[in-house]
Amino acid sequence: MWLFLATEVLFFGAIFLTWIYCRHWNPAGFDAGAQKTQLATGTINTVILLTSSLVYSAGLAFIEAGNRRRLIQCCAVTWALGFSFLILKFGLEYYKDFAAKLFPGPDFAINGALGGGARLFYVFYFVSTALHGIHMIGGLVLVGWIILRARRDEFSPLYYTPVAVVGLYWSFVDVVWIVLYALIYLVGRGS
Amino acid sequence: MSATTIEPSEYANSYLTDGFTLRSWLLTTDHKRIALLYLGSITLFFFIGGAAAALIRYNLLVPEGMIASAETYNRIFTMHGVVMVWFFLIPAVPVTLGNFVVPLMLGARDLAFPRLNLISWYLFIIAGMIAIYSLFVGGVDTGWTFYTPLATEYSKGHVVATVVAIFIAGFSSIATGLNFIISIHRLRAPGMTWYKMPVFLWSLYATSVILVLATPVLAMTLILLAFERIFHVGVFDPALGGDPLLFQHLFWFYSHPAVYVMILPGFGVVSEIIPAFSRKRIFGYYFIVWCSISIAVISFLVWGHHMFVAGTSIYSAMVFSILSYMVAVPSAIKVFNWIGTMHKGYIRFDAPMLYALGFIGLFTIGGLTGLFLAALGADVHLTQTYFVVAHFHYVMVGGMVSAFFAGLHYWWPKITGRMYPEMWGRLGALIIFIGFNLTFFPQFILGYLGMPRRYHSYPPEFEVLNVLSSAGATILAAAYLLPLAYLTWSLVYGERAPANPWGATGLEWQTQSPPLTENFDETPIVTDPPYNYPPPEVVQHRV
Repeated sequence: MWLFLATEVLFFGAIFLTWIYCRHWNPAGFDAGAQKTQLATGTINTVILLTSSLVYSAGLAFIEAGNRRRLIQCCAVTWALGFSFLILKFGLEYYKDFAAKLFPGPDFAINGALGGGARLFYVFYFVSTALHGIHMIGGLVLVGWIILRARRDEFSPLYYTPVAVVGLYWSFVDVVWIVLYALIYLVGRGS
Repeated sequence: MSATTIEPSEYANSYLTDGFTLRSWLLTTDHKRIALLYLGSITLFFFIGGAAAALIRYNLLVPEGMIASAETYNRIFTMHGVVMVWFFLIPAVPVTLGNFVVPLMLGARDLAFPRLNLISWYLFIIAGMIAIYSLFVGGVDTGWTFYTPLATEYSKGHVVATVVAIFIAGFSSIATGLNFIISIHRLRAPGMTWYKMPVFLWSLYATSVILVLATPVLAMTLILLAFERIFHVGVFDPALGGDPLLFQHLFWFYSHPAVYVMILPGFGVVSEIIPAFSRKRIFGYYFIVWCSISIAVISFLVWGHHMFVAGTSIYSAMVFSILSYMVAVPSAIKVFNWIGTMHKGYIRFDAPMLYALGFIGLFTIGGLTGLFLAALGADVHLTQTYFVVAHFHYVMVGGMVSAFFAGLHYWWPKITGRMYPEMWGRLGALIIFIGFNLTFFPQFILGYLGMPRRYHSYPPEFEVLNVLSSAGATILAAAYLLPLAYLTWSLVYGERAPANPWGATGLEWQTQSPPLTENFDETPIVTDPPYNYPPPEVVQHRV
């Protein structure tokens, strides 16, 4: 899993590089775009995701101590938190973004001198959050699989490797979000 | 080691007889069967890419171009590049020879993740079908490098379909790389320390590291490319704040390491064959091993040498130039070590050895001409000419395809349990060598004289060299059909192979040909160093 996460670092790393590059050449446009992001939703989502990682780690600690019931409960909470992240992000936030014409298509909201940079910002926003969302859906499938296996009593203090491995993946998706949170919601907001 | 301890007629069971239904092949998790599934697939793609090459050389027979339009010609060479790079060269050795031989060489039952192995084949097939679909509906005219803004804005070809195919093929590569790395870390037989591993395993390890780290960058690049093409946003468009050079940086950051993905397994194959056919320990084992690793590392640092005239800063160009010279050093060390292995060895010129020797010569020429291109002053004149085309075909075709054939012949007895007809094997190697040089050596001259690449027509003074090159291509095409014919023939009529027909060292030769599904009756225990041939003084040379 560590090796697979290395590939993911390179994958998201490429788009982070693109963000750095585009922002370097379009600082004002990026700021204009950043100011229209929904800070409240993004922050709530960050809290949700960080909590989900914490809860999952608690679940891992529980199964290491032999408590299968708590593992399943923690995984269920993780799943619910992850699912609510996706609802907030794609149900609420994307809906409002499209309504505000922030998708960088033909009728993009921000025009004029800052339009190009703002468009680039929103390209980054949509591509990276969509990809992150796809990874989260994958994570939900994995956590669901852990719940199913735990219910079949396949884990014990002697064997909980899949739980740890899925935890690594989930935490990684979380880390990617932390970087995205900073690059989307924080940088450029204050100017 | 003694040549045979297991007589061919003593066994009738092998992985080939372990199930004859279609399901037992299409749902197999046996790495050997998956290797054969891949072998069939990449052979198909090799001939598709080869057909495109034939059309290219046909077109270039006359200065005005035999094929009517430049647009069509552009689609043909793009098809050639895309199919050959992603559907033949990058997979070739790792997924066929690697998948088959790695667990055997490790002394293991299978790779670490057999089902992931099967999934990687299915991903490859899905990607291939999408690529073939996009070819059928007209293909794409951007060149395999998809430079913007042609690819994002102006091309009338099927960019998105092609890019989706490559994206999926990338996942197949990553899965294979992951599988090899974990297998090499975890599944070595008892007693096989890292430094007792054959060089082929080290080469595939280095290859897998590159695959795993570089391919995701390509994935992201292709996503951004597709996004821009579909939604007309400006990631790579200056009018909207983007930069076409950003595409080139992202693309070449993957594609340069990718060419080392193509050649490193070839190095590994040659490093197995030279000791076996010189009956001598490989010269400088530690150097060869660490050169593989350092090539993998440095390969990530040289991508800018594809962009010397693209408008990057002269200072960055100088840095990339120096690094490109540095990356040649480990490859050269390997060449010297192979020669050192042969020195005072007992050399046999069987077909695998002929291909391996061809590799050494042709790769050296290709590699040296790479240095010409790495020199800034020379590159300004040679870039985007046929010199570049000749350079990479020498390393990829003269080098890599020769190495692939070398390995295919070397391990053919193990894979199929049959010997190929030796005379035809040697003849094939010779004709390939001749045809190859006739095709591509004139291209060095053409490039030096200034003929640009990717042009469907050319000034009349280049005609003679182009005709020579096309003549060579005809010979090369026939030469590639020859192994297809006799290897297929050998499946039915070939002499049955013993466990170790070449008298080589390595765990794969300690089990029957073809192997049982479980590979070994008992897990082997390794006590000898690799390439444990008798010292040269003991070998009798026939006068």
